[in-house]
Amino acid sequence: MSSFSSHLQTLLAKLSISTPAQLKASGILSMNARNLNYISRYNPRSLLPLVDDKLTTKRMAEKAGVDVPKLIGVIEYQSDIRKLKDILEPLEQFVIKPAKGSGGKGILVITSRDGDRYVKASGESLSFDAVSRDVSNILGGLYSLGGKTDVAVIESLIVADPIFSNYSFEGVPDIRIIVFRGFPVMAMMRLATRASDGKANLHQGAVGVGLDIATGKPLRTVQHNRPVQNHPDTGHDFSKLNVPHWQKILQLSANCFEMTGLGYLGVDLVLDQNLGPLILELNARPGLAIQIANGQGIEPRLKAIEALRKHDISIDERVAFSQQHFGAD
Amino acid sequence: MNGRFQLGLMIALLIVAGLGLAMYKHFALGFPLFSHDVSKVWSIEAWVTFKAEDEPAQASLTLPDQQSGLRILDESFASPGYGINQIDEGGQQRAVWSIRQADGRQDLFYKVKLHLEPDYDKKIHDEPEAVIPPVLPEPYQTAALSLLKQVKEHSSDPSSFAGTLINHFIAKEPSQNTNMLLGMTEEGTSLPKLLVNLLNMSEIPARIVRGLHLEDGRRRQPIVDMIEVYDGNQWHLFNPRTAKRGTPEDFFLWQRGAKSLLDVMGGVGSDVTFSMISRNVPTRELAITEAKQDGAALIDFSIYTLPLEVQNAFKIILLIPIGVLVVLVMRIIVGLKTSGTFMPVLIAMAFLQTQLLPGLTIFISLVSIGLWIRSFLSQQNMLLVARLGAVIIVVILIMAAMSILSWKLGITQALTVTFFPMIILAWTIERMSILWEEEGPKHVVTEGGGSLLVATMSYLLMSNPIVEQLTFNFPELMLTLLGLVLLLGQYTGYRLLELKRFYPLAHSIKNHQ
Repeated sequence: MSSFSSHLQTLLAKLSISTPAQLKASGILSMNARNLNYISRYNPRSLLPLVDDKLTTKRMAEKAGVDVPKLIGVIEYQSDIRKLKDILEPLEQFVIKPAKGSGGKGILVITSRDGDRYVKASGESLSFDAVSRDVSNILGGLYSLGGKTDVAVIESLIVADPIFSNYSFEGVPDIRIIVFRGFPVMAMMRLATRASDGKANLHQGAVGVGLDIATGKPLRTVQHNRPVQNHPDTGHDFSKLNVPHWQKILQLSANCFEMTGLGYLGVDLVLDQNLGPLILELNARPGLAIQIANGQGIEPRLKAIEALRKHDISIDERVAFSQQHFGAD
Repeated sequence: MNGRFQLGLMIALLIVAGLGLAMYKHFALGFPLFSHDVSKVWSIEAWVTFKAEDEPAQASLTLPDQQSGLRILDESFASPGYGINQIDEGGQQRAVWSIRQADGRQDLFYKVKLHLEPDYDKKIHDEPEAVIPPVLPEPYQTAALSLLKQVKEHSSDPSSFAGTLINHFIAKEPSQNTNMLLGMTEEGTSLPKLLVNLLNMSEIPARIVRGLHLEDGRRRQPIVDMIEVYDGNQWHLFNPRTAKRGTPEDFFLWQRGAKSLLDVMGGVGSDVTFSMISRNVPTRELAITEAKQDGAALIDFSIYTLPLEVQNAFKIILLIPIGVLVVLVMRIIVGLKTSGTFMPVLIAMAFLQTQLLPGLTIFISLVSIGLWIRSFLSQQNMLLVARLGAVIIVVILIMAAMSILSWKLGITQALTVTFFPMIILAWTIERMSILWEEEGPKHVVTEGGGSLLVATMSYLLMSNPIVEQLTFNFPELMLTLLGLVLLLGQYTGYRLLELKRFYPLAHSIKNHQ
């Protein structure tokens, strides 16, 4: 019997398949457990619209004094598209995104103008008609969940901190922090690659860098679930990466719990050259890939926080607790 | 914790209730687990004829009762112009046909359907009345007393007494006393009547019963007289021609007691003949008829009471939970991605009409052509709803084109394309096309493939005759399915695909330690 099970284990290892017991021992959170034990328990349904609609999130953040990219304009109805030309006319660079989009879908980043044409981050240029078609698609609900009608949000382009220019192929690197009941528990940075088409989406081939929650220093880097040492496009060594403003980042993200009331939250931040850390968007259903980027399961940390006797402590205390308990060493 | 316990209890109750009800229907009501089960149902027709004499006429016929070992499913009468009454006469049902004026030959029919059920036990309260020993005319009285004395010496109880007595009469060389008594039968007393008289003389309760031997395809079958003897506890049936005790196999008891089988007033030359035929019917139909007769609430308030075409609709609808379960297992346990949560179930239902391979071919070609045309549309500046509407119309055009083309080519399977839900197809094309633009063709293939895989698995289960039979005949199993779905909703373990996805992670953590 024991020889059978050892044979089975070798076979599974050959196929790169782990057993549930191995995953459990590594503290890896499963999708089902995330949905049932964390999202449905700590994220009340009534609060989800706050984060599902980026416009609401943005207005809420501005009210709470949390730094966000500047809102330039909103197109709510198809008939408003006439106003688009006036809004875009004075802008050299801007971002148009669907308020209810998910997974970075439908985001148009214009980095410069070429006469009448708008130049995307990739260098491709669009006519005004193409831009307004994109806006029309957004309003029609092409990118929103269930095809509900949406609004288009126009905001200022983030000027990526040059610290990261060696590590990102186009696009702006963003930092994802999982905040559980107000405690930052795990962090990673997502960097676009040529393979990911300039998008910071891990399953599209972007690079994920696990960050030490105590210091913001890189732990390890993965692309397509496999560890990598250097950026596939720029060749720079990830271990030299250094994230500035780390304390501010942790506090900003911990603050999102008070702001939204959501217990299990993915906070996406960017570092603007001039404005420092900004909250880009919030996600009430953050993915599990952050565990792979960190090389660690998240469940033990979540359990540690659940086991705490006192939860209503200040932001500073929560951040300090996380840095003390979830740090690398 | 309390809520968890309550949910657990509910799940257990649902699963047990579903299985329990299904088992009750199978074991107690006789619903078959498999559809090819058939049962033999007998149809027996009594044909009464007489010659009316241009005056009011009335005919009354003894009708059979429910009895142990078989069950009467249905009775019907046919007799043009006659009024029919069913009356109870001393515990025996009789049909009374009456007409104000009749002349010439009259034909009256009574039909009964029955099913042999050895386990069917019908208790009848049937205590004998006090026996008054009859007195036979001499010389029969002396012969009888002498024979009875002899029989008594060779028997121990009423039952063996009756057996021994009959044996005397059917012996090859009957004794002198017996021979004399047999003389009575030549004077018009039937042998069963004589035997009953002799038994009564010994103060043993006995009576004549009449019945039919069930033989397929028999016409003009005579009714057979038997005698029943009471042993102080129960009645025993004896065949007066063989002395065999017990109800013969396939014997249908029509009448108890000596009252005439048929009485006719206002007519002459009356006669009744019996014909019978057996027919195989699906056991399910039989079980429903019987359960309705028994007033089983489970059947009275079930879909079997609905019109047939609604029942047929339910046959399909009741399969949906199976598809739903497959989707849940594939998503929650396996972790497969599908496009649109329950879209695969709808596709599987279309497959039920088209068969699997034609269905897959039609679906893939429809979606591919749709995606190709949709890529033209996406270059146009269009409102989303309008584009979706355009895609629906394009889908219908493709369906029509496929039908016409395949009809001309003689590929009739492709005609089933109409069974695919158009709106679902249009949405699928729209979603796939967005997926293509956003994430690339690889995701389209993964998600589309996942959906088709789940649809195929749902189809294979839903088209399985055993599954179809179980879901339709035992809809209460849906409670069990509901319990399973609630149980799946509690599953927080790893998905099978996560075992692969997180392998590098678990592996590197292990190496670290």
